Amino acid sequence: MKIGVIRFPGSNCDRDVYHTIELAGGEAEYIWWNKDDFSYLDAVVIPGGFSYGDYLRAGAIASITPVVEGIKSLVKEEKPVLGICNGAQILGEIGLVPGIFTVNENPKFNCEWVDLKVTNNSTPFTSNFKKNEIIKMPVAHAEGRYFVEDIDTLKSQDQIVLQFEGKIPNGSLEAITGVCDESGLVCAVMPHPERASEEILGSSDGLNFFKGIVNSI
Amino acid sequence: MTLTDSEMEYIRKMLKRDPNELEEGMLDVMFSEHCSYKSSRPILDLFPTEGKNIIMGPGDDAGIVAITNKLALAVGIESHNHPSAIEPYGGAGTGIGGILRDIISMGAMPIALLDSLRFGPVEDQKSRYLFEHVVKGISDYGNRVGVPTVGGEVEFDESFRTNPLVNVMCAGLVEKDKIVKGIAPNVGDVFLLMGGLTGRDGIHGVTFASEELTSDSEIEDRPAVQIGDPFTKKKVLEASLEILEKIDVAGVKDLGGGGLTCCISELVEKCDNGALIDLNSILLREKGMTPYEIMLSESQERMVFVINPKYVNEAFAICDKYELPRAIIGTVTDTKLMVVEDTYNKDENGNNDIIASMPAVLLADPPSLNREIKAPENKKESIKVENPPIEESILKILSSPNIATKKWVYKQYDHEVQIRTVVKPGDDAAVLKVDDENAVVLSCDCNSIHTKLSPYNGGAGSVAEAIRNVVSMGAEPYAVVDCLNFGNPGNPGILWQFKQCIQGMSDLAEKFETPVISGNVSFYNETEGIKINPSPTVGVVGVANLNNVRTMDFKNEGDKIVIIGSTYDEIDGSEYHRTLHDLEQGEAPKIRIDEEISSSKAILKLLNNDHGEFNSENNKITAIHDCSAGGIAISLAEMSISSNIGAEIDLTNIPISENVAAENNDKDCINDNDLLFSESHGRYIITVKPEQLDKLLNDINVPCACIGEVKGNVLKLTGKETDIKIKVSDLKNAYTGVIEEFMA
Repeated sequence: MKIGVIRFPGSNCDRDVYHTIELAGGEAEYIWWNKDDFSYLDAVVIPGGFSYGDYLRAGAIASITPVVEGIKSLVKEEKPVLGICNGAQILGEIGLVPGIFTVNENPKFNCEWVDLKVTNNSTPFTSNFKKNEIIKMPVAHAEGRYFVEDIDTLKSQDQIVLQFEGKIPNGSLEAITGVCDESGLVCAVMPHPERASEEILGSSDGLNFFKGIVNSI
Repeated sequence: MTLTDSEMEYIRKMLKRDPNELEEGMLDVMFSEHCSYKSSRPILDLFPTEGKNIIMGPGDDAGIVAITNKLALAVGIESHNHPSAIEPYGGAGTGIGGILRDIISMGAMPIALLDSLRFGPVEDQKSRYLFEHVVKGISDYGNRVGVPTVGGEVEFDESFRTNPLVNVMCAGLVEKDKIVKGIAPNVGDVFLLMGGLTGRDGIHGVTFASEELTSDSEIEDRPAVQIGDPFTKKKVLEASLEILEKIDVAGVKDLGGGGLTCCISELVEKCDNGALIDLNSILLREKGMTPYEIMLSESQERMVFVINPKYVNEAFAICDKYELPRAIIGTVTDTKLMVVEDTYNKDENGNNDIIASMPAVLLADPPSLNREIKAPENKKESIKVENPPIEESILKILSSPNIATKKWVYKQYDHEVQIRTVVKPGDDAAVLKVDDENAVVLSCDCNSIHTKLSPYNGGAGSVAEAIRNVVSMGAEPYAVVDCLNFGNPGNPGILWQFKQCIQGMSDLAEKFETPVISGNVSFYNETEGIKINPSPTVGVVGVANLNNVRTMDFKNEGDKIVIIGSTYDEIDGSEYHRTLHDLEQGEAPKIRIDEEISSSKAILKLLNNDHGEFNSENNKITAIHDCSAGGIAISLAEMSISSNIGAEIDLTNIPISENVAAENNDKDCINDNDLLFSESHGRYIITVKPEQLDKLLNDINVPCACIGEVKGNVLKLTGKETDIKIKVSDLKNAYTGVIEEFMA
């Protein structure tokens, strides 16, 4: 059982995610951006950071690298794919989840702890939470404002995974900050579960995302 | 050119000829104050630099201190004042870039950044512009390279209107047996230059930093500011760590001020070797660059690795993986000369054209200057002030941009990446866990008003305050780094200030057994006669057992509030004077080293006896906060604000120095106003479980007293002439949103 951690030049949460996968009982392996076949893996996580410096647009350059083919193959094989922060932006750019994460309402970078509601607990990543459970994790981004044209479909197919509870720090549509594809196996979240995986760091709520992946395999 | 006549004379004597144009440029850079420390070196020798945990003191790119059996911390601090005054976004960003490279050069993974920033009044539009873009520069650079910015300070004062200060501290983790140095010990090894390309930016950056700014600097000196590229820096960081992991490198050094000239000459001079550099092998960003531009370029994101030729292919492969330009640019020789040759041009005998050839020691070790030092005439003002009602003063100080929350700033910094941040920004110091048991605790402080009024006490006091902040988090202080920002050293009064300040810092560091392991000097912080308040920024590294870490917020109603350390009648130089009366006058609070040490030791002893746990309900000691800017009043207010709980305080219980009481023959000789706002050193406020109070007071052998109780939603202060109540919500309103209102 192995979980891949995708690495681009400019990724900076790769080590954190690797550490947290192991903390959750999984086995992690780094995957460099030029690999396009890693079907031996059971799941992948695209960590946060600034792939290619986020030059042009967050995630835009990463979304046209060879590694995307490998990720799409895993999706076809119905293996879990989680994108966190920059990873979420990349999944949006590829089109594996609906909608986009764009420049915050206040365009400054914003790092703070937020309260979140687990809207959908039927994905592998959120299966350890109760529906509508309130959890705590930090956000850290300048381009995290979620927008989608067809919000009704998103709702009817239960594709909203996480919503800000209370304050919305970036102007996201309907406070949405985590979405999944129709299968629920591809999930994009702006908050950082790996930064909330040990009580001493402020919360261990985030560890459930990784335990969820490990348990689903 | 800034070389003086006597320096030129010295150069001619050493070379036995005139330097050519290229050589003169290289010497000019190396003889600059920034590279040579020629005015400050004799005075910096006062610092204690060795101690039990110290692995490396000053002399390399960063100092190194042992923090656990296995791990060490590389720590450095740098100023980027002049560039930030001219081009705040790029200046601040490249300041981060420079200090990160210094840490990487020791073989360490950078784990924390702290910034100490000083600007003119926030009401001033230009100062706001500088503030906004310096913070954005730090944010865009630090966030992109994935190193958390976890702490620092911001001060606004008239004296920084034309000379903002941007000081950046960085700490990196390295296993003790993997430390590398900036040396080139083996003749025949080659220099691998990798990372960014060499371009025309930053030429004479160090000479520009070694002169006063003028009103034309913003236009004239822009080319001296380097261009930062955090994405490339991130790749350089990763590639460097991979090279260090896979290859047995002999030495590493980054290219900062003075570019290739400084880097190569210092690498070889340390080992009494020489260097032969092939000018044409250096990869350039633009066409038609002259040898002068190439050798002096301060283009960013460049590193030099000194390696055995057999490792070249492996090193190239790593650079290629990260798509980073790389080249072998020369070899280590035994000539003791720094030689640059142009392989495209041959002399009449068919040999490569030697375009520069000088003893490496001439470049790397210029003579010190013995400048005149003279105390300025002492005209101490003493304007008497009318004290407004205490309630009004507390709220006004809380809402001054110097005291109010800096959330607007630290929200823009990623302070969580690398998942070590145990205590978030806004408390006394940053706490970063390094393993399951231990944390490094970092603080960065300076009191520029105190230093202006009394350089000795201000210098020592800045070290004391930084140490108190680390101790407040439960850490034992291990080492100090400093960034000394002063005016023009050609002025004997400025150099007197500098020497007094260093003496104070040294005395305190010596007694505390916290050696000064790395530092930076920034002179010439004045513009057309306006001088900055002298600002010795002090970074302190402490190490805490995670079980001993305590935050400042009140935890439980009913906890007893204890103050440790005596208060003196020392209202001069206070935040109260600056905010309420626009005054910076009189004497700074005195540093009393023995009292400072006893108070700190008492805190650490209490924590060791607590046998507690971070954030545990069973702790006997529940909160700790130091007393500094704003005095007891502001410390208590901050404890209330961060917890939304009030307190009832009896001011008559505050321990006053016996000497003060005896001198005045009256133990009530300090009025309540001065008691609350004096910034005497050596004081902490802690909260304890009520049933532990008596035992605790008996256990420690320092002036201390219970002054009240955590209670309700009001801060209630009762004294001989005071009886006030302020709602915690009003304190909070005053303290929050202040900077946001100016910055939008």
